[in-house]
Amino acid sequence: MTASGIQTVADIRIAMAGGLTAVEICTQYLERIAAHDGPIHAFTHVAAEQALERAAMIDRLGPREPGLPLAGVPVAVKDNICTRGLPTTASSRILEGFVPPYDATVVERLTRAGAIVIGKTNCDEFAMGSTTEHSVSGPTRNPWDLDRVPGGSSGGSAAAVAARLSPVALGSDTGGSIRQPAAFCGTVGLKPTYGRVSRYGLLAFASSLDQIGPFALTVADAATMLQAIAGQDPCDATSAAEAVPAFDATLTEPVSDPTIGVPWQILEDGVDAGVITAFSAAIDVLRAQGAKIVDVPLPHAAYAVPTYYVVAPAEASSNLARYDGVRYAYRAPLDAASTDLASMYDRTRDSGFGDEVKRRIMLGTYTLSAGYYNAYYLKAQQVRTLIRRDYDTAFQRVDAIATPTTPTVAFGLGERSNNPLQLYVGDIFTASANLTGLPAISLPCGLDPSGLPVGLQLVGRAFDEETLFRLGARCELDAPWWRDAPPAAAVRGRSARNAGSPERSGVGGTKDIDAVTMARRSGLHE
Amino acid sequence: MLASGVSTRLSRTEVERIAALAHLELTDSKTELFTRQLAEILSYFDRLQQIDTTGVPATTHPVTSAPVMRADDPRPSLPRDDALANAPDAGGDGLFKVPKVIG
Repeated sequence: MTASGIQTVADIRIAMAGGLTAVEICTQYLERIAAHDGPIHAFTHVAAEQALERAAMIDRLGPREPGLPLAGVPVAVKDNICTRGLPTTASSRILEGFVPPYDATVVERLTRAGAIVIGKTNCDEFAMGSTTEHSVSGPTRNPWDLDRVPGGSSGGSAAAVAARLSPVALGSDTGGSIRQPAAFCGTVGLKPTYGRVSRYGLLAFASSLDQIGPFALTVADAATMLQAIAGQDPCDATSAAEAVPAFDATLTEPVSDPTIGVPWQILEDGVDAGVITAFSAAIDVLRAQGAKIVDVPLPHAAYAVPTYYVVAPAEASSNLARYDGVRYAYRAPLDAASTDLASMYDRTRDSGFGDEVKRRIMLGTYTLSAGYYNAYYLKAQQVRTLIRRDYDTAFQRVDAIATPTTPTVAFGLGERSNNPLQLYVGDIFTASANLTGLPAISLPCGLDPSGLPVGLQLVGRAFDEETLFRLGARCELDAPWWRDAPPAAAVRGRSARNAGSPERSGVGGTKDIDAVTMARRSGLHE
Repeated sequence: MLASGVSTRLSRTEVERIAALAHLELTDSKTELFTRQLAEILSYFDRLQQIDTTGVPATTHPVTSAPVMRADDPRPSLPRDDALANAPDAGGDGLFKVPKVIG
């Protein structure tokens, strides 16, 4: 395999076994970024020098050791995850110039596994948003259509992987911030079980909901990434002691007679027809593979969005209190009229934070303030319990719960920027997994009639990412949608049928698509 | 407990009070914008009042296990220079320097 054809971690393994060096692979990805990231703006910082140094070090270790599962694999890291010596701003003015003195545990673990941090990726400021438009460095654009958003908040990581500018990436997911951009950009995105992955070094947004997870083109690569970053960490008291299974080893074993629940009731309203069609086709694939599909009632799932938007901003208002112009990089200048500490705090925070962050700080401060706590915050925490009970009941009889990841495909840049509430309701299918702590994966499941990717979300039992990987890997075998590279990608896939061919735009949008059609179409990929 | 719908009457004064609590110095136009947007969002939250939560415990955290404790032994911490490296004003004395507290 030549460097220019590399797309996945599996490709890199083959290439390195065939004699390609980590430096050559790293150089290839740096060249792709230089040539293709201009219009996309997935990266806020490219760590060319450090990455090449690391790659040379990997090469000096000699032939790939079994102890280094990610040897020579470039990884893009969302800009709200601390990287020692590399700027980490969470796309906020208030952290402009901040260079962390330590690596997040996930970065340390990836480095130990042989991976190479190639750069930092754009996101909505402090991970608050679903479009990657709320960034001090400007928006990221969707590689499938540069006039559309990539989703968010981890939009830079999703776009980087979709455009083949990095084989894998890290994001963070508080209410859907990995899964939604994964769906919009046609990649795999996983939010692990709360506690599965250490949050040490993640700039906290909502501590009871935040979780770091991988983006990848294939389920196998996502599993390899989780394997490397998962496990208890003494630096994060909420990281779980649960043993981390060998995901790679079981990946190709199909789940025998799986039962998959679909909450049809919440899919009735407000979901695009093209999304429902692609989702139904994916369900048909699962059914054709032997899955039993059952209806699951999740009576409180419809309340996930208001619950989430009470809980998350409340936690954020507390977490973001630390940005006060004293310790981290940015401080607003004072004038002669106001020279005291309080004025410095107020001005620094007003000029340092963007509007969406301020809105959420205000919202959280309000719902936590005297007189409103019971009506909003306590009430939301009680509804959170009811949502969790719905899922507990459902998982007594199903192995996974399937929904579309999002109610729509990627929408236009600027289209929803003046209506925060309209953006919030887009989290309807993703927020529950954060409120309950359950693991959830978004898999590409085809394109809508306009040629934009649709995501299939599978939610699993706590600490059962394994089932999600196994179901996803099996699904991917018959419907390898990831091979369709977007038009703005650096590599246009190995598929004979790809962007530009007349068939592409119709896939997933065809009314009568069924498992047989899907299987036939997927055969064209081979 | 608040009656449903009360939040839609969010006043400008209240928004100013919240901004002060959150240490945000908002401009007039922003205060106006936030008053409208926050009222809309808060009235959307009111649908939570439809749910009967009598006797339902609160979930504050998805993890229910006991907090992990470690022995309280001294160990190396971040070197002072590293901790101060990002300060907007480190004052040169190994301290974070801030404007005067009392005006």
